Amino acid sequence: MTRNQILLYLVIAVSGVLGPIMFPNYTQQMAVMWVMVIMASTWDITGGQMGYNSLGNITFFGVGMYVSAVIQVSMFYDISLYTASYGAIKPVFTDQQYFVGLFAGILAAGVSCVILARLLGVVVFGLRGPYFAIGTLGVAIAAGQIAGTMDTIGGGAGISMPFFPWDIQLRSAFFYIICFTLAVASHFTIRWLFSTQFGLAANAIRDDEDKAEAMGIPTQKYKQFGWGIAAFYMGCIGAVFGNMVGYIEPVEVAFPAPTFGIFMVAMALLGGKGTLWGPVLGAVLFHVVKETTWTYLLGWQWVALGFILIVNIVYFQQGIMGWLQTKYPEKFGIIVDQSNVQAKEEA
Amino acid sequence: MLDNLQLLFVYAPIMNVQMILDGIFVGAVFALIAYGLALVWGVMNVKNICQGDMVIMGGYIAFTLYQLGVHPIFAIPIVAAVMFIYGWIIYVMIIRRVIDNDMFVSLLATFGLSLLMTQVMNLIYGPEVQTIDSHFPIAMMFDDFVTIPMVKIVSLALAMVLAAAVVIFMKKSRMGQAIRATAQDARAARVLGINTDNIFAFTYSLNAAICGVAGVLVSMIWVLQPFYGIIYTLRTFAIVTAAGLGNLPGVISMSFVLGWVEQYAGIVAGAEWQVAASVLMLLAVLMWRQVQMRRQRQVVR
Repeated sequence: MTRNQILLYLVIAVSGVLGPIMFPNYTQQMAVMWVMVIMASTWDITGGQMGYNSLGNITFFGVGMYVSAVIQVSMFYDISLYTASYGAIKPVFTDQQYFVGLFAGILAAGVSCVILARLLGVVVFGLRGPYFAIGTLGVAIAAGQIAGTMDTIGGGAGISMPFFPWDIQLRSAFFYIICFTLAVASHFTIRWLFSTQFGLAANAIRDDEDKAEAMGIPTQKYKQFGWGIAAFYMGCIGAVFGNMVGYIEPVEVAFPAPTFGIFMVAMALLGGKGTLWGPVLGAVLFHVVKETTWTYLLGWQWVALGFILIVNIVYFQQGIMGWLQTKYPEKFGIIVDQSNVQAKEEA
Repeated sequence: MLDNLQLLFVYAPIMNVQMILDGIFVGAVFALIAYGLALVWGVMNVKNICQGDMVIMGGYIAFTLYQLGVHPIFAIPIVAAVMFIYGWIIYVMIIRRVIDNDMFVSLLATFGLSLLMTQVMNLIYGPEVQTIDSHFPIAMMFDDFVTIPMVKIVSLALAMVLAAAVVIFMKKSRMGQAIRATAQDARAARVLGINTDNIFAFTYSLNAAICGVAGVLVSMIWVLQPFYGIIYTLRTFAIVTAAGLGNLPGVISMSFVLGWVEQYAGIVAGAEWQVAASVLMLLAVLMWRQVQMRRQRQVVR
């Protein structure tokens, strides 16, 4: 790491810690911001770096949410009784039960999403280009619809999560800490991942998959490994998000494929896909814009977001980091062959 | 589920007639929409995600006209014209700029458009389910086991007329020939003096008009709701992926198959499976394609 990078990490760490202390009213919003950062940067593992543009990563978000809900409740109560009563029964969870359940739930969510990604990967990674995008979108929407038909997990009515046992003031701070930790962990995982051979293989797959295969790279394995990492973090953060919201419902909260499933792509594109910092920057910007439109353009917020999405994709495809890279390539350690540039300009 | 199967095949097998007829009625509308998508996909290589939203938009235009006192059947030409202009505007503003890019870009851009259209319709008409009552009688058959609203027969006939018109247009007219030439090889078409930019614009607008008319039929025989668009999109993608581009008989037969699958899934597994069935069919088609391709593909393991 260079000095500049260490400085950048210090600034982020300080602002991440001081943020909720300075502005306690916005703790929840800041926690959601870290959720978005995780969404965008894990999407970028397969989307930006590998060229496999998934529209269905939100599946893992919802599956993680439901897995953790089921585990948290069924460790101590009968899950079908709990959901059948539509919140009429308010079981009391002791401190210990709640926290043990929560952490077991988060971990189980992550692990089960990795398994799911492995199974789905066999199916979807044979598809390429737009077919992959449509197929994964289909997976996400089917998951939402199927979750709505299962009565044990509450069906279309949803399931309410256990209450936070401590003081309500601590609730948002507690979830903020978990979200922040997960965001940092995911960032360093991706950073480490792309410093290894995986990064080179991923970029080779993006540039030309057939040639990569011809060079002896086991592309299927790399694709599934990358998607597995994304699935793990999406599952974990889904579990946390479910607890943070307090109420899970299949279409709007757990599997919002037409909204958040696309926003994570938009965030990565806004910041610049295929870069380490692009998705992070994009997520922070997108979240700020989203919250601003929510506050000042109530009723028109989705319209504004759709408009931003179109403008971003149609007129500003390379994203902020991509634009910076073409403008100042030497800052990113990219060496430009001047003779090539001149030849292009003359042509 | 077993009870439902018993009901269908043991106690009241006549209900199958109802299911098959309903499947044909919805399948005809799907076929229209899917043909539009196959056109755009084949000619310009754009995956039009806002296909379903254009259908719903056409339905809502007819709904507005209906409130002003225009019968939905007479609204069809007006809707087609409005949607044609709308498609042209969208092409000039968005599609033209993404058409040369990688296909995922057009997918995302139209997804953004879909989000925008859905939400604007939601703001204007609200999230309530709407329908147009076109005052046609309802026919009963087989001891009232089978009900056939005349409006569905009318819509089936209209869909068939429109489909025939589009097919003849594509085969015979100068524009249709130019469109087919562009689909085969855009560069060669340009060399031979066809303005491909115009052809693309026309194709996209024609698709929008077809969607709009399908939307009018949907508003008469079914219901309109701003958020149903994405479901139509997935259905049409399932149909077109299964049938392949430029395969008109395939598109039509797959549309009927999808209609029947949905009807039977709805009655056998429960109404909430109706939407899931079409999505699962899309996945099944994609999986089947892969099994087919696996024989040829050589992957490093």
